[in-house]
Amino acid sequence: MAEKVLMKGNEALAEAALRAGSRFYSGYPITPQTEILEYLSTRMAEVGGFFVQAESELCGINMVFGAAAAGARAFTTSSGPGYSLKQEGISYLAANDLPAVIIDVMRIGSGLGDIFMGQGDYWQLTRGGGHGDYRTIVLAPNSVQENVEMVQKAFDLAEQYLHPVIIASDAGIGQMMEPVELPDFKEHDVNKFDWAVRGCKENENPRYCQNIYYNMWDEEYPLVKEYGDYPTYLTKKYATIEENEQRWESYQVEDAEVVLVAYGSSSRVAKDTVDTARAQGFKLGLIRPITLWPFPKKAFAEAKAAKAFCTVEVNILGQMGDDVRLATEGKFPVGFAGNFFAVPDPDDIIATAKALLK
Amino acid sequence: MAEVRLPKRIMNSGGWCQGCGHGVVVRLIAEVLDELGVADKAIAVEDVACGSMSMSGVLKCDAIMAAHGRPIPVANGAKGARPDSIVYAHLGDGSAYSIGCAELVHTALRGDNMTVIVVNNTVYGMTGGQMAPTTLPGEKTASSPKGKDADRYGVLNVVDLISDLNCTYLARGEIYDVASTAKTKAMIKKAFQNQIDNKGFSLVEVLAPCPTNLHMTPVQCKEFVHTEATKYFTLGEFVDK
Repeated sequence: MAEKVLMKGNEALAEAALRAGSRFYSGYPITPQTEILEYLSTRMAEVGGFFVQAESELCGINMVFGAAAAGARAFTTSSGPGYSLKQEGISYLAANDLPAVIIDVMRIGSGLGDIFMGQGDYWQLTRGGGHGDYRTIVLAPNSVQENVEMVQKAFDLAEQYLHPVIIASDAGIGQMMEPVELPDFKEHDVNKFDWAVRGCKENENPRYCQNIYYNMWDEEYPLVKEYGDYPTYLTKKYATIEENEQRWESYQVEDAEVVLVAYGSSSRVAKDTVDTARAQGFKLGLIRPITLWPFPKKAFAEAKAAKAFCTVEVNILGQMGDDVRLATEGKFPVGFAGNFFAVPDPDDIIATAKALLK
Repeated sequence: MAEVRLPKRIMNSGGWCQGCGHGVVVRLIAEVLDELGVADKAIAVEDVACGSMSMSGVLKCDAIMAAHGRPIPVANGAKGARPDSIVYAHLGDGSAYSIGCAELVHTALRGDNMTVIVVNNTVYGMTGGQMAPTTLPGEKTASSPKGKDADRYGVLNVVDLISDLNCTYLARGEIYDVASTAKTKAMIKKAFQNQIDNKGFSLVEVLAPCPTNLHMTPVQCKEFVHTEATKYFTLGEFVDK
């Protein structure tokens, strides 16, 4: 039976990962995600899984790589500066078509930045971040309940596409407490996929989890055999994800003069701002990307009356603006109602949105 | 001509350079896995560098190619996911002692139950013969053409680095001749037996020639390792709990 409890976002996410069948976690302390590590340091043993506090984020993600190659539902968590260190392993996961979940509980800034609530990693999360031709699916929860649902969804998508999936949480979602319905426990079988390394018998072919670029000219290589060549496979993989996995929430978009675009913590303020503005007679709407990649371009077709768009983000440069300009093909002004060290104020958002109409 | 019999877990010869030590080490590992009866549940984790050529149709074992320097945490992850499997990391000296040094130290500190085989040839192989932490004083490499300045760079010895941590077994062997190769094989066997017995962290370093990058003939390089490298890297079992 599902149970309803009051829980902190980070802890609910950790518990939900276990209920999704994950029995492998390796992480490193960094604010504001550390509660996940702390929670799992005792809870993982209770469900018979593997927990380790790794010596660095590099070790954390590379352990996840090994566990994923062996068939586990494995995950790791971090925040901004630590997430940067995980890029090496995420690139390798993508290049090896391995499913894994990585959670970035975002904070503010480049370099050290600061530990406060922020959405500083949009560019890094949505552009790949590490080296080479890859991107990752990025899910952005805006409540503790969505934290729980998305970590389950993330493991499913990771296995469906054999690809790393990122959850873009933030300090606001991670640190707040809300009532949340926890799902039932699911079992995961490490032998679910035949490609997972486990040891081969003498009369079997060995399973090699290795750099695809060495095999891309081998006509007998299964993936090459099926798709003709590796570039075709990779192009199709990303096109399929982009077509099938765009997710968003629309709020009062159809007749809106200005449409706000916001995800995560700032989308909660943006939604309230829509109500406040409409009470004042100003038709605002909101598109809330639930997937940051693939960016929900399809959502923008609903904005039939829009004269301008405005992102609401907790960072300095308005990182999501580029994607809004692409989704609207550069036809509309795209503003940025931003703030850092704090969630943007509704009055400021309304003023910025109104100014776009002048 | 005598019949060439391949060990059960070796499918073919590899693409290593003439006189390279990696092929010998991979063969020793394959023999040990078979003799201990654990080849069916063995998972090899290879560094992207020279050792990973065992994954080009040589080694009949499930295997993962890890990023440079990361075979130890990757092996650790595979072992965590499948505690009943026998997992080992096979990597070079640059991987284990330079870029992967933190991972090596902390895995030894935790005493994680796994086997690590390091091939120390005193030089970076795959990238074309640059100076490593194990390069000997005065040894000429592509990035120390006048000879290694040991006052500036030092020489890293894994025994100094981790023997006081939580190692179960720490040994160094060579593959100079039949007798020393047999000794090294026994070390590798013990390192795997420890994992089977859940005894903790075992590391065997194998001194090996890299004639291509040290610009020697295979025989010259073998002699160099045997007479020069062993002056800094003494052979033996340093921890055996």
